[in-house]
Amino acid sequence: MVIDSAMIWEWVIKSVAILIFCTAGFAYTTLYERKVLARMQVRWGPNRAGPRGILQPVADGIKLIFKEELIPAKADKLIFVIAPVITVIPALIITGVVPWGPDITIGGRTIHLYLANINVAVLYIMSITSISVYGITLAGWSSNNKYATLGGLRSTAQMISYELALGLAFVGPILLAGSMSLQDIVAAQAKSVPFILLQPLGAVIYMIAVIAEVNRAPFDMPEAEQELTAGYHTEYSGMKFALFFMAEYIKMIAVSTIGATLFLGGYLGPFLNVAPWLGPVYLIGKVAILLYGLIWLRATLPRIRYDRLMAFGWKVLFPLALLNVVLTAAGITLFGGK
Amino acid sequence: MANGVYEMMRGLWQTFRSAWTKPVTIQYPEVKRQVSKRYRGRHALKRYANGLEKCIGCSLCAAACPADAIFVEASEQTDENRYSPGERYASTYEINYLRCIFCGLCEDACPTEAIVLEDNYELSFETRESAIYTKDMLLDAVSAPNQPTPRKVKPGSFNRSVPEMKDPVD
Repeated sequence: MVIDSAMIWEWVIKSVAILIFCTAGFAYTTLYERKVLARMQVRWGPNRAGPRGILQPVADGIKLIFKEELIPAKADKLIFVIAPVITVIPALIITGVVPWGPDITIGGRTIHLYLANINVAVLYIMSITSISVYGITLAGWSSNNKYATLGGLRSTAQMISYELALGLAFVGPILLAGSMSLQDIVAAQAKSVPFILLQPLGAVIYMIAVIAEVNRAPFDMPEAEQELTAGYHTEYSGMKFALFFMAEYIKMIAVSTIGATLFLGGYLGPFLNVAPWLGPVYLIGKVAILLYGLIWLRATLPRIRYDRLMAFGWKVLFPLALLNVVLTAAGITLFGGK
Repeated sequence: MANGVYEMMRGLWQTFRSAWTKPVTIQYPEVKRQVSKRYRGRHALKRYANGLEKCIGCSLCAAACPADAIFVEASEQTDENRYSPGERYASTYEINYLRCIFCGLCEDACPTEAIVLEDNYELSFETRESAIYTKDMLLDAVSAPNQPTPRKVKPGSFNRSVPEMKDPVD
């Protein structure tokens, strides 16, 4: 691969595109969630700002920017300020390894529709998602508030517990594709079927584990309002609160994108060879379906008790994930993988 | 375990089905909900069919008011300058909507059915002064044409201040 100035421009443009997709996606995921939740609760949802409420995220953003930034007097100021940043940056960079579509050719130049094709992409995802737990813990600790500290600790324990099951859910597609690169995993699904058909248990475990990983209902333990006011972001306001909010939603998008790539065939879909630009469309469609699932669960299930959450993670999900790995490995040995 | 999963699926089906039903939200400023006939909204001071004010300034409403929201001042009137039947009329009638609790006791106390809580619930105001509604804001518009108050009437025709009344229907 030659690295010339055009290559660098390509990287810059693709990075900016991913960042814009994540932030704009964040804004509109909030609207999407509010609309879907509202319809499930037999309401209309936001429909005042702009036609059908499409300017609602803009209005929310403007409101948050003009809100007062409050730092508690006894907070650890430096950590208090950088904690939201530590949480949001990993969320923004997770999707860098996800392929968006097949290669396209513009002006004689082949453009890969991904930012980075690294051969340990799955490990990269695992490690980056683990970083954001530091932001949450530090936010809870630096607030000097008992609710925030408890929320931060719970969140840490929960994320670490469910990361095991999450990691093992990744193993299924890795074994089937024989590679950790997401490009290879998508290519392997192009040759066979989307891995959700071969890995139904793995896909279910993945979805359950990521709900815990992104701290969403019914596993939104760190922010259990009744016990912990708002959990780790109790003391945050204005844009610093918005960053935590943003991290949660961007991580929702990121895990949905990764889930779509690992189990639903990523950008694959019909007519891809005649119209390569359909790749991102298929990917976004699949992400929207998975996001709908996350919102649907939030609209339906009540928050489960903390000890049951931990028991479920360690005593049910983790053994099931191990079993899935064993079954997958046995299946590949018996019937031949790749 | 299996039962739990079944119940979870039932819950998911319920929410999914609800998403396809018509929302019950009433789009408020454009669509207004029909209030009950006995709804207690903002007060109105009523008039007789002949245009005279029903209120005779007796202050029973102010006496009945548990929140002390009503202030009435009565004045003498003559046939030359008639507002309402009888000897007196309300020269000042004020309701402070910061105090009013919309209990309707004023309506019950009124001997002439002059004060009625109607269906207007859009009572926002921005200053304490604008929370006080004066008589000209509360009084209904003249019902009969060319019969404003005060007006000159034939002497002796409106001596009885409390009218004959029927029992309320609802």
